[in-house]
Amino acid sequence: MAAPYDLKDDGVVVIIGSGAGGGTLGNELAQRGIDVLILEAGSRIEFEDFINDEWESFAQLAWLDHRTTGGGWRVSKDFPNLPAWIVKAVGGTTTHWAGASLRFQEHEFKTLTHYGRIEGANLNDWPLTLAELEPYYTKAEDKMGVTRTNDIEGLPGNNNFMVFKAGADKLGYKECHTGRMAINSADRDDRMSCQQTGFCFQGCKWGAKWSTLYTEIPKGEATGKLEVRPNAHVVKIEHDKTGKVTGVVYADKEGKLHEQKARIVCLAGNSIESPRLLLNSHSAKFPDGLANSSGQVGKNYMRHTTGSVYAVFEKPVHMYRGTTMAGIIRDEARHDPSRGFAGGYEMETLSLGLPFLAAFLDPGAWGRSFTSALDNYANMAGMWIVGEDMPQEQNAVKLHRELKDQYGMPIPDVWFTDHPNDEAMRNHAYKQGMALYSAIGAIRTFPTPPYPSTHNLGTNRMSDKASDGVVNKWGQTHDVKNLFISDGSQFTTGGAENPTLTIVALAIRQADHIAKEMAAGTI
Amino acid sequence: MATIYDNRRGISRRELLKRGTVGAALIVSGRAVISPENAWGLEATALSPETVATLILIARDIYPHDQLADRFYAIAIKGQDTRAAKDASHKALIEDGVADLDKRAGSGGYRGLSWERDRVAILREIETTPFFQAVRGDLVVSLYDQKELWPIFGYEGESYSEGGYIDRGFNDIEWL
Repeated sequence: MAAPYDLKDDGVVVIIGSGAGGGTLGNELAQRGIDVLILEAGSRIEFEDFINDEWESFAQLAWLDHRTTGGGWRVSKDFPNLPAWIVKAVGGTTTHWAGASLRFQEHEFKTLTHYGRIEGANLNDWPLTLAELEPYYTKAEDKMGVTRTNDIEGLPGNNNFMVFKAGADKLGYKECHTGRMAINSADRDDRMSCQQTGFCFQGCKWGAKWSTLYTEIPKGEATGKLEVRPNAHVVKIEHDKTGKVTGVVYADKEGKLHEQKARIVCLAGNSIESPRLLLNSHSAKFPDGLANSSGQVGKNYMRHTTGSVYAVFEKPVHMYRGTTMAGIIRDEARHDPSRGFAGGYEMETLSLGLPFLAAFLDPGAWGRSFTSALDNYANMAGMWIVGEDMPQEQNAVKLHRELKDQYGMPIPDVWFTDHPNDEAMRNHAYKQGMALYSAIGAIRTFPTPPYPSTHNLGTNRMSDKASDGVVNKWGQTHDVKNLFISDGSQFTTGGAENPTLTIVALAIRQADHIAKEMAAGTI
Repeated sequence: MATIYDNRRGISRRELLKRGTVGAALIVSGRAVISPENAWGLEATALSPETVATLILIARDIYPHDQLADRFYAIAIKGQDTRAAKDASHKALIEDGVADLDKRAGSGGYRGLSWERDRVAILREIETTPFFQAVRGDLVVSLYDQKELWPIFGYEGESYSEGGYIDRGFNDIEWL
């Protein structure tokens, strides 16, 4: 019963992207009786068609359009055309995500206040507080079925978790459990429970992990008020003389361009494509790009301070069996400058299959030091580190000066260099992670460098002031009243937590705001 | 996928000894690299069979796993030959790269160096070259993405069709 909308229909809200932000917002607006069209660059692949194979799945789901990189990060050297491991398909990166669903801590909304000025960092306070977002966190957790909330039981611990927990106990960590996961521990919301299959990153073939693909989107479509148009890659946002947006131009599967009219445009293409689209939508009226009077579009690109620690033991672990990320230690997530850095980090269980571990354990490495690690694959345990990184103006998504995509639009060039605070935090986390495994008898440990980014944040950041941010507290751009940002690019700072729950909470809140303003006739 | 085929020609031991051996077991015959003992052969189409034989050894030296038979490395480097057939510049990159290694190795060539450490020392000299990067960059996928070798490492691969691990040992650790 999906509602098809005409290209000339200028009463429809057009959302660009169908992931955590766009997919959620689309359903929330449709539930409020608003006409919504989601344009998704990728195709629609239902969960039965996901593939339990790392490289095949990567080819099926990953965003592989041409991108370039620069700056001091190692990803730029090892994977120069793969800055991010995100998805081009209906459901966006909620098909690939691990499911970890954590609320920000109160101080993380006010980092400038709590951390003070840090040289080289472009810190700013969010124009909202934890208390303001709490009711929406509650709604998001219910919607997504997050374990350890709403009386939902935690997931059972797999082998990788049991090793992790034993090490956490030895180090004296207090807050270690199988996580707050948007993965069903029992049947819920017409979706079945986790079957401990592994392959969370390759899309859950059971539908046990929350993804907009098979929750928000079909629920929205059932209202008759939501159309999802796949293979519709938006290349430009159009505006009129008054500076209001009027529609978008998108390329279909054959590369043919269409103009879709819109009453409101909400941009949720993830933190690389969203600023790229604003910058590519420059015009005589907006020569520096749409909504960019602050000059902050594309800047303050954050990717979380990440890394992994793998360890080899005498006996088998089989870390790949079961839920990929159902294990967390939160003790280091606090802000405690005595450790030598501002902000905190989470430690979360993680495993890769043999093909991806070979590619990511120590990219570029070869010889027996490397291969002897893989020889012990069955005896390996692993964790991921995810912590707050410092926003820096020069870390940015820029338009490439020469290279263009198949539609003639400049491709994104993603620049990133660690801040000294990021390095200090990562080194601390490596040390703790290696100590954790060593405490229970690890033979070798491997401080593994960051993977291509999965948490892309900050490139259209939120601020009260139009002079130093792109959007206000509702995700509405300061410059264009009927243009909203609905993804993680609106984050002012990144927090230590996996960002999806916050993106979903902000989308629900934004839907309330848009519905109210539409009803009042102000947009 | 590589054209690995059964060696039905039944090369005699005497004939085998007449021909140059590759490492311990591989021989070059016509366009093919053959492992008589393990009954497989790999036909070279664009690259010289000697180059293919050397690539197999280079592949093992880059990612040495003593539990893996040569055929896994042969399958892994087959793509270099396929690409060389379509792309003359790639063919030159590989042929020239192997020739350079042979030169650095001295009179017996790369395959003539008996100890892995001596071959690895030469590889370290050229590890930043486009030749080495092209071989290693392809190999890290083409070797470890072979489903047939996953069980050797204790990786079980696809699990959905088995109903996941919920009843198959996701929490069976006993030594903690």
